[in-house]
Amino acid sequence: MQTATQSSFPRAVYELLSSMRLAISLLTVLAIASVIGTVLKQNEPYSNYMIELGPFWFKAFAALGLYDVYHAGWFLAILLFLILSVGFCIYRQTPLMLREIKSFREHATEASLRGFAHQASYPLEAGKAAAMQRLTCYLAGQGFRFKLGADGGDAQPTLIAAKAGSLTRLGYILTHSAIVIICIGGLIDGNVPLKVQELLGYKKTETRDLPSDKVPAISRLTPANLSFRGSVSIPEAGSADVVYLNLADGYLVQDLPFQIQLKKFRIEHYATGQPKSFESDIVITDPDAKKAFEGTVSVNHPIIYKGVAIYQASFGDGGSRLAMNGWSLLSPAAKPFPFKGVVNQSSSLSNGDAQYTVEITDFKMFNVQDADEKADAAQPPGFWQNASRIMDDAASSAPKKRAHNVGPSYQYKIRDAQGQAREYHNFMLPLQIDGRSYLVSGMRAAPNEPFRYVRFPADENGGVEGYMRLRAALFDKALHPEIARRFAAAATQGAAVNEALRAKLVDSTGKVLEIFAHGGFEDLAKFIEGAVDKAEQEKAAETYLKVLERALFEANQLVRQRDGLKPLPPDMQSVQFVRESLNAINDSFYYGNPVYLQLKNYEEVLSSGLQLTRSPGKTLVYSGSVLLVLGLFAMFYIRERRIWLLVQPDTVLFAMSSNRKTLDFENEFRQHQQNLAGLLKG
Amino acid sequence: MEAVRHDYQRPSFLRSLGGLDWAYAVLLAIGSGYAFQLYGDYMDVYEKGILFLIAAMFVGLGWFWKPIRILLPVVAVLSLFGIGQYHGDLARASQAFWLKYLFASQSAIMWMSALYVMATGGYWFGLATRSDFTNRVSAGITWSASVMGLVGLMVRWYESYLIGADVGHIPLSNLYEVFILFSIITALLYLYYEQHYQNRQMGAFVLPVISAAVAFLLWYTFGRDAQHIQPLVPALQSYWMKIHVPANFVGYGAFSLAAMVGVAYLLKSRGHLANRLPALEVLDDVMYKAIAIGFAFFTIATILGAMWAAEAWGGYWSWDPKETWALIVWLNYAAWLHIRLVKGLRGPMLAWWAVVGLVVTVFAFLGVNMFLSGLHSYGTL
Repeated sequence: MQTATQSSFPRAVYELLSSMRLAISLLTVLAIASVIGTVLKQNEPYSNYMIELGPFWFKAFAALGLYDVYHAGWFLAILLFLILSVGFCIYRQTPLMLREIKSFREHATEASLRGFAHQASYPLEAGKAAAMQRLTCYLAGQGFRFKLGADGGDAQPTLIAAKAGSLTRLGYILTHSAIVIICIGGLIDGNVPLKVQELLGYKKTETRDLPSDKVPAISRLTPANLSFRGSVSIPEAGSADVVYLNLADGYLVQDLPFQIQLKKFRIEHYATGQPKSFESDIVITDPDAKKAFEGTVSVNHPIIYKGVAIYQASFGDGGSRLAMNGWSLLSPAAKPFPFKGVVNQSSSLSNGDAQYTVEITDFKMFNVQDADEKADAAQPPGFWQNASRIMDDAASSAPKKRAHNVGPSYQYKIRDAQGQAREYHNFMLPLQIDGRSYLVSGMRAAPNEPFRYVRFPADENGGVEGYMRLRAALFDKALHPEIARRFAAAATQGAAVNEALRAKLVDSTGKVLEIFAHGGFEDLAKFIEGAVDKAEQEKAAETYLKVLERALFEANQLVRQRDGLKPLPPDMQSVQFVRESLNAINDSFYYGNPVYLQLKNYEEVLSSGLQLTRSPGKTLVYSGSVLLVLGLFAMFYIRERRIWLLVQPDTVLFAMSSNRKTLDFENEFRQHQQNLAGLLKG
Repeated sequence: MEAVRHDYQRPSFLRSLGGLDWAYAVLLAIGSGYAFQLYGDYMDVYEKGILFLIAAMFVGLGWFWKPIRILLPVVAVLSLFGIGQYHGDLARASQAFWLKYLFASQSAIMWMSALYVMATGGYWFGLATRSDFTNRVSAGITWSASVMGLVGLMVRWYESYLIGADVGHIPLSNLYEVFILFSIITALLYLYYEQHYQNRQMGAFVLPVISAAVAFLLWYTFGRDAQHIQPLVPALQSYWMKIHVPANFVGYGAFSLAAMVGVAYLLKSRGHLANRLPALEVLDDVMYKAIAIGFAFFTIATILGAMWAAEAWGGYWSWDPKETWALIVWLNYAAWLHIRLVKGLRGPMLAWWAVVGLVVTVFAFLGVNMFLSGLHSYGTL
């Protein structure tokens, strides 16, 4: 009794593990579990999940390992069960399969053959010996191998047992072993060994932002580590001897057996502006080798050095040097101050009384934009209206000329003394918007907001100086009386106006300038609300706006004259320039820190993001894949058929079976049935 | 005795080939040799290998399924004629008569679209009126549509080089182009089964899925302006694209076909159209065969994809959404095949499963591009 229970429990486990029910269930569970990682973005920084999910679900999801679901313990456990299940299945089935391949089943009895669904019998007209001869010839001709049962002489029945396509059984063994091999290869290259070391406390992820040589040994992996997949970003002329493995909320440092230096990173573009190639010229210095190895890595063309494959993965700015002009937007300063910065570094900036820190975060030399986007959007959305245009368009596979490069852009954060940062996104060159050109600067107060853009109208030289000159005049209170005087003179030109009225006009113009310089349109609106009857407000606003525009026009002429420039002609262009300047000044009140950094010159330094992997499991995975494909074709396209011909003194019993009942089998059975009838007749 | 032996000897495969088979093989050998001589200098060693392997594969395919021996030369002649009309100038697509109305890639693709929709109508008319003649005509239309689709792709390939020598690439690089491929492959698979089972009623079920693909193509053209040839992003500039993508679409096409036959099976098993549709055993057999071939090719495609990923992204498996969904599709059909082959299960359950399989497949194919982001985002909507 005792022994029976002891032996039956492992037996039951074995039965379960090797059962197909379990295998199918595991396939299903694996499929469903896989979905999770495609719905929830994997391996994001933990802070992102925290923001997205809130503290409760963040913890719950973290506990389930959902941020890296494919390396979570429970997911690996499913895989392990699948390997076990398939492994036991192979262990259980292989002997049977091999026996099937070898055996002819030449001991079948007449009774069992008569029980077959596919059988027929024929009268034996020729002698038994002749029939035997014909039948064996027939079977050989049809591609069957056969074995003869015991020959009892003419009076006794003789069995011919034949089979073809037994190799299909090999397909079973091949495919199932392939799955096990692929999974094992995958687990070696996955981070299972690392997980184990982490569990045992040998390794710990580093969460602090440290220089690579300061990372303690517990978070480092030696070059002897067999399998890793990490990345590193190297600036031009820089080098690296480690890669970083991002894990959960931190990283590990993998020491490399060599050093990689980036000589040059190149981006090539198509005529349309889309990127065509990313290439890194690298030099590998290996302490074991006498000579340095030089090569170029590009997308789809990795370099493999000492079993470590080096891939082009990404790129970024590696510390471009930017020379900029700083403009104080709400001050009477007409001249800029110089400011120099390096991407990914911060420097301090003093604007008279205020102290700021400027962190330059990005620089992009190329910015490809769809030129037609605006034009397309302007068209009515329905396509029936311009069906003919669309038909013509659909008939052509040629690309539209739409993308073009709008020149360099750069991004920086300005942090004030309180530590509050605002982020800016500027373009170096003027952008064309609706036929006018502007220097564009975007601002946002939080990283998840979109940038809101201020458009500084470009002057006749395409620069921002013209606007800045006008802006300085507006904020220079000392100039207001003169501006107002000139405006009043121009406004009353040719009309007989008494001095009192003119003085009043000068006075109120000065007031409008002062109010606008203090708080833009908003202050002006407040002033109007306070000073004018409700019914009159709209009209008053219009008047004030006109006054403001024309006063600024005069202001512009004034400062141009002062700077020795020709006055602007009183045309639409000039009016628009003043109007846009007004809008830009108004927007400057909402610009956060009132400093605009305008790029004058740059020296681009790129960095190349390389991914380095060592994956010893790859060979296993690929050889498993070959077995899998061979096995599949063997299983699907080699059909196993067995034929028994029991030759009795007066009849021949024909029976046929296959491991798969398909229409092809039915057809083949009928064909043999006919053939045999003909064969045994003559 | 010898006579008996001879009568029933199953002839070896090579002996069973006729003069036409050999002529076809020689034609393909000459064609690929000529292409190699013309363009060999621009190919890398893998592309040279692919050229000759593909030629050998098509020889095999033509020997196995005879109509291919006619299809390929017809496509070649029409494509070369179309290409010849360009005189190296892309603008002639809208000027030269033959290009504007027939062989410019967009015109050919529009013809393909129209013909597939006509064939769908034809098969349904044939099913309704039990007219074998109508069905034969529909099969002819389906053949013509496939020819026009293939010509469209060939000419598009040439057009891409007219746009720019560095822009030129095989038209398998975005959702627009692979939808054309999908339509053609599904149609050819169907035509094979139609001939093999001598049964034309399944067309009424398989062609609608092609028409749906055509509807998508038209929306994509008119609604999204997707028909323009775009240069390849660096990740796609690889010979792997030439084999990974078609292998995948044999899988997708076969799975779709199986699902549509599954629909026919379900209808028939509930007594609808019972005396117009082929026997349940036939439908079941087609379903099994389509899933088997689809599974084999899908497996190959996924393996090729993994090898490509190892070269482009630094790892053969990154659990990218597209990869993961390919695995899910694979697991789904692996389970289907286990149930059918090992348990020997038949009937409506498997038909339902094949239909659900199509939903999973469509999600892997389209849904991932629409809803999930990842490395594999070449076709966005």
